[in-house]
Amino acid sequence: MTTLHISAASRWFGNVVAVNDVTMDIAPGVTGLLGPNGAGKSTLIHMMSGFLAPSSGSVTLDDRPIWRNEKVYREIGLVPEREGMYDYLTGAEFVLANAELHGLKDPEGAARAALETVEMTGAADRRVSTYSKGMRQRVKMASALVHEPSVLLLDEPFNGMDPRQRMHLMELLRRMGDEGRTVLFSSHILEEVEQLATHIEVIVAGRHAASGDYRKIRRLMTDRPHRYLIRSSDDRTLAAALIADPSTTGVEFDAGEGALRVQAVDFMRFTTQLPLLARESGIRLLTVSPSDESLESVFSYLVSA
Amino acid sequence: MIYNSTVARLTYRALLGRRRALMLLALPVLLLVIAVVIRALGGADDRAATEILGGFALASMVPLIGVIAGTGAIAPEIDDGSIVYLLSKPISRRTIITTKLLVAISVTIAFTTTPILLAGMILNDNSQQIGSAYTVAAGVASVAYSAVFLLLGTVSRNAVVFGLVYALVWEALFGSLVPGARTLSIQQWSLALAERVAADGADITSDVALPTALILLTAATVLGTWYAGRRLRVLKVAGDE
Repeated sequence: MTTLHISAASRWFGNVVAVNDVTMDIAPGVTGLLGPNGAGKSTLIHMMSGFLAPSSGSVTLDDRPIWRNEKVYREIGLVPEREGMYDYLTGAEFVLANAELHGLKDPEGAARAALETVEMTGAADRRVSTYSKGMRQRVKMASALVHEPSVLLLDEPFNGMDPRQRMHLMELLRRMGDEGRTVLFSSHILEEVEQLATHIEVIVAGRHAASGDYRKIRRLMTDRPHRYLIRSSDDRTLAAALIADPSTTGVEFDAGEGALRVQAVDFMRFTTQLPLLARESGIRLLTVSPSDESLESVFSYLVSA
Repeated sequence: MIYNSTVARLTYRALLGRRRALMLLALPVLLLVIAVVIRALGGADDRAATEILGGFALASMVPLIGVIAGTGAIAPEIDDGSIVYLLSKPISRRTIITTKLLVAISVTIAFTTTPILLAGMILNDNSQQIGSAYTVAAGVASVAYSAVFLLLGTVSRNAVVFGLVYALVWEALFGSLVPGARTLSIQQWSLALAERVAADGADITSDVALPTALILLTAATVLGTWYAGRRLRVLKVAGDE
């Protein structure tokens, strides 16, 4: 079990601040690093991978510094965003070279196993230059996994992948997370993060904007009303009861959905009052679902804040 | 450790890939063709041998091959980002540099010394040791050029351009016009060795005394390698952000 600690880390290039006083811990499991393009995600990943020194603050693996410390690479697997990867080698040669560079005892065996994990054994003897984007991504993944690292850092791993490859990689990352590895991937695409990670770290304009389970983050945004879709045995009576309660600021009957659209301001009160009010009025609740707890709403809120 | 066999294998394959290998072969082939033609037209001639081996082989061919091998050993990897796969391993960055240097040196020596010795044989049957002298000079120059151009490859994205400017403008042109430039020239340093190896009657002279030349050759190689290692330690593997 390995944890990445970033404490009060900043990085500036000339007078441009790319990462501004960020403190976060990346613990075992899958974490999504989310932010708009140019927010500083790559700079942060470069600091975590030891390719950039923090201008101030520190980035450590447990308690060992990552910058200028080649030994940490025994525990870190890296999937870079850039495409360059020794195109004149075959996929198998590329992964084998990575295994040898790690000084593994059985590089051939490790390379074979890693290629099997990413399901690339079939095309392993073709040159990397003939690979599609998704195949390259999988071979990069194999090279990052070949030494069974406890930390896996992936910079925009889903870029250019088709939906099937994307699903396959998501499954793989989920499995790595379940095995207790620390998996961090960056993305600017909400759906990807939502599908794969419940724990997110949000970077906006170089600053750490939010951290945690995105559903919980949503609930903490108390100045924004929560929206729910509710179906019950008697929608109109329930609507009247809800609007009489101060936790609710609006109720709309959506005839198309055959449901109520409710806007609540006080999350805690609303969630305790709703079942009580229903019971008092003898109404059965059939559906209660948050209609804006998606990462999208969390994200647009944080970016506009 | 100063050598990693995997790093070496990757570097050899990059350097001896089809296109680069052809570029590396072109000048030696040209040298041999010139040698055959001159010998056929004018017979064995020490003067012609000195002019061709000194004026073309050592002055132009060796630095150009040095540029191709020295910068080619590292610059393309930095350019396309694939160097990341070497840097993200538990291998010291110095080992990466010294390995790449050894590969660049061996390639430069292989593509310069053999053709020069052969050309010397063809031109005047190695009379007055002219062929051997330039072969030794090319050998030591290969070491220094490799170190300097490898450093250039870690410093600049336009390493090849700067390398060509050094090889063609500084060494060949500037050096023949401005006497001061000649003392700061790998070609002149290696010539000091050639002067020693060749027979007294051969017209090979250097502007630099042999001890000075040896010190400068060693200094350029060691400092170049040391600084290249330093550069690699702080190399920013910039993303597209």
